[in-house]
Amino acid sequence: MTDTGPKTGNGTSGTGPRTALSSPTVRYVLRRLLQAALVMVLVMVGSFLLVKLAPGDFVDALAGTRDLTADQIAELRARYGLDQPVFVQLIRYMSLLATFDFGYSPINAAPVMDVILARLPVTAILVVASVTLSMVVGTVFSVIASRNAGRPLDLVISIFMLLLYATPSFIIAVLMILVFSVHLGWLPIAGFESVGMGYTGWTRFWDVVEHLTMPVIALCTFYIAIYGRIGRASMLEVLKLDFVRTARGKGLTEHRIFYVHALRNALLPLVTMAGLQVSSLMGGAVLIETIFGLPGMGRTAFDAVFQRDTNLLLGVVFMSSLCVVIVNYVIDMLYMVLDPRVNLK
Amino acid sequence: MTRSFETLRRLAHHPSGFVGLMLIALVLGMAVSANLLFPDGPWAMAGPPRLAPGSDPRFPLGTDTFGRDLLSAIFYGSRVSLMVGVSAALVSIALGILVGAVAGYFGGWVDDALMRLTDAFQTVPNFLLSIAIVGIIGASLSTITFAIAIVAWPMIARLVRADVLRLRTYDFVQSCKIIGMSDMRIIFQQILPNCMAPVIVTTSVLVANAIIVEASLAFLGLGDPNVMSWGTILNAGRQELRGASWITISPAIALVLTVLSLNLIGDALNDVLNPRLKERT
Repeated sequence: MTDTGPKTGNGTSGTGPRTALSSPTVRYVLRRLLQAALVMVLVMVGSFLLVKLAPGDFVDALAGTRDLTADQIAELRARYGLDQPVFVQLIRYMSLLATFDFGYSPINAAPVMDVILARLPVTAILVVASVTLSMVVGTVFSVIASRNAGRPLDLVISIFMLLLYATPSFIIAVLMILVFSVHLGWLPIAGFESVGMGYTGWTRFWDVVEHLTMPVIALCTFYIAIYGRIGRASMLEVLKLDFVRTARGKGLTEHRIFYVHALRNALLPLVTMAGLQVSSLMGGAVLIETIFGLPGMGRTAFDAVFQRDTNLLLGVVFMSSLCVVIVNYVIDMLYMVLDPRVNLK
Repeated sequence: MTRSFETLRRLAHHPSGFVGLMLIALVLGMAVSANLLFPDGPWAMAGPPRLAPGSDPRFPLGTDTFGRDLLSAIFYGSRVSLMVGVSAALVSIALGILVGAVAGYFGGWVDDALMRLTDAFQTVPNFLLSIAIVGIIGASLSTITFAIAIVAWPMIARLVRADVLRLRTYDFVQSCKIIGMSDMRIIFQQILPNCMAPVIVTTSVLVANAIIVEASLAFLGLGDPNVMSWGTILNAGRQELRGASWITISPAIALVLTVLSLNLIGDALNDVLNPRLKERT
């Protein structure tokens, strides 16, 4: 009997040969992977049926804008397989999807993959910047509030968090445009960068930063409030635990107890929120990219809905869901490493 | 009944609960009195276009591009917000309870299947799915309500499932099984009444979220074209930011205050129904 598996588990001792699969850690990692794949299949089958069960396809949308003969309409439908039964279309779509072939976007006259890859960077920048900014700012607020718990500063921060929590992103966006673009003229109203200026290097970088400042802040505020509130509650809870008392007993400074011992533990719940945030930012990007005229995936999805470009819409749903699944998976794996209390079942 | 009255009484004595209840009563009053105070409806061209607030006492909030009274629009808009908010929340709670209770009670492959379905709904960006549903099926109050509810139920399902999983091992549930009570009766009559507290706390969050999504959809031009919603006004105001920013300001304030009041009620309910949490913080 060869012992090849990592010795992390205790539940499988004595039953059969110990392979990598008998290690709870490996099994957990694999099971979560299988679940993630299953979720993606469910998402795509559901989205496909939603899009297909609704009346109208892109040929209808096209026929509404140009003169097409009945023959041309029939030929278009046949070319894109739209004359087949929905079930056949579903099987065909899913098998193509398995090879990362999203099909063709008739409206953009390009493969869906190309359209998405061209729009992905803008949304990726927005999402990464928003997650980072909201985590940092939210943590700073939660630290200031919990250090001053019960004092006026805590109350002021709490009220500010409540207001941010209650204000939808598009209201923040419109109000910022009103103040910073219309009245003060500090920031550009729309677009990803100044067109036709030929900026390169740092000049271009700062130009993009100027354009994305308001969109990123608009996407952030709600999660700043969430991180601020959860972080504060979590800090106050952790500060009451025994290990903090032990640290005090050892004679550590309050500063060290607060920032090194308590904060690290209090931040764990915030990490769980990041997966939810990525999902909600992908949705919020539809609004924010439309308001600020940014050429990202959200804007693309919005246009695809109106033009009945089902392949493109499904492609965006797939890519954004995939991002969420990956983020959630990485968070679960990180948790397993960071927090030994995680139940591997 | 006495228990819910007692909860309401303690809610009114909670500082943020009191402010929240007052604000939501105001919004409710606006919704109820809209057609009494503004019998002509929100679409009537009542005065000169783009009238600034305060320049004519007949129009305290001014008028929009078409000379429609903004105060009237705000009053009628509160009806749409409350109606969509409450009905979407109720539909998602019903769905969530059903899925959560069945998954938690039966366990095994039923639980696995329903939880993967829940995962799937929590994976697709919710607003993207709502837009796709409304955009494809067409914008009406019922499709908007459906599009909001269909993405909101997973949160409730998870809460209910966790409670049912815990409760089903309790002695009283085992006793019900022994005397031959049907599964459905055990779930709905015996178990569910014991896991309502977290659902009630979440309700205000669901209503607030539904109101935000409805306004966002209408802001993008995906509102029901037959009703005046705060999002509809905001959509019109977007083109007029330079010249007539008040068209944007008043519905924005109405929306934020309504959502704020529901959040305050939610926080207070959490304190009132979970006294243990209060001690810890």
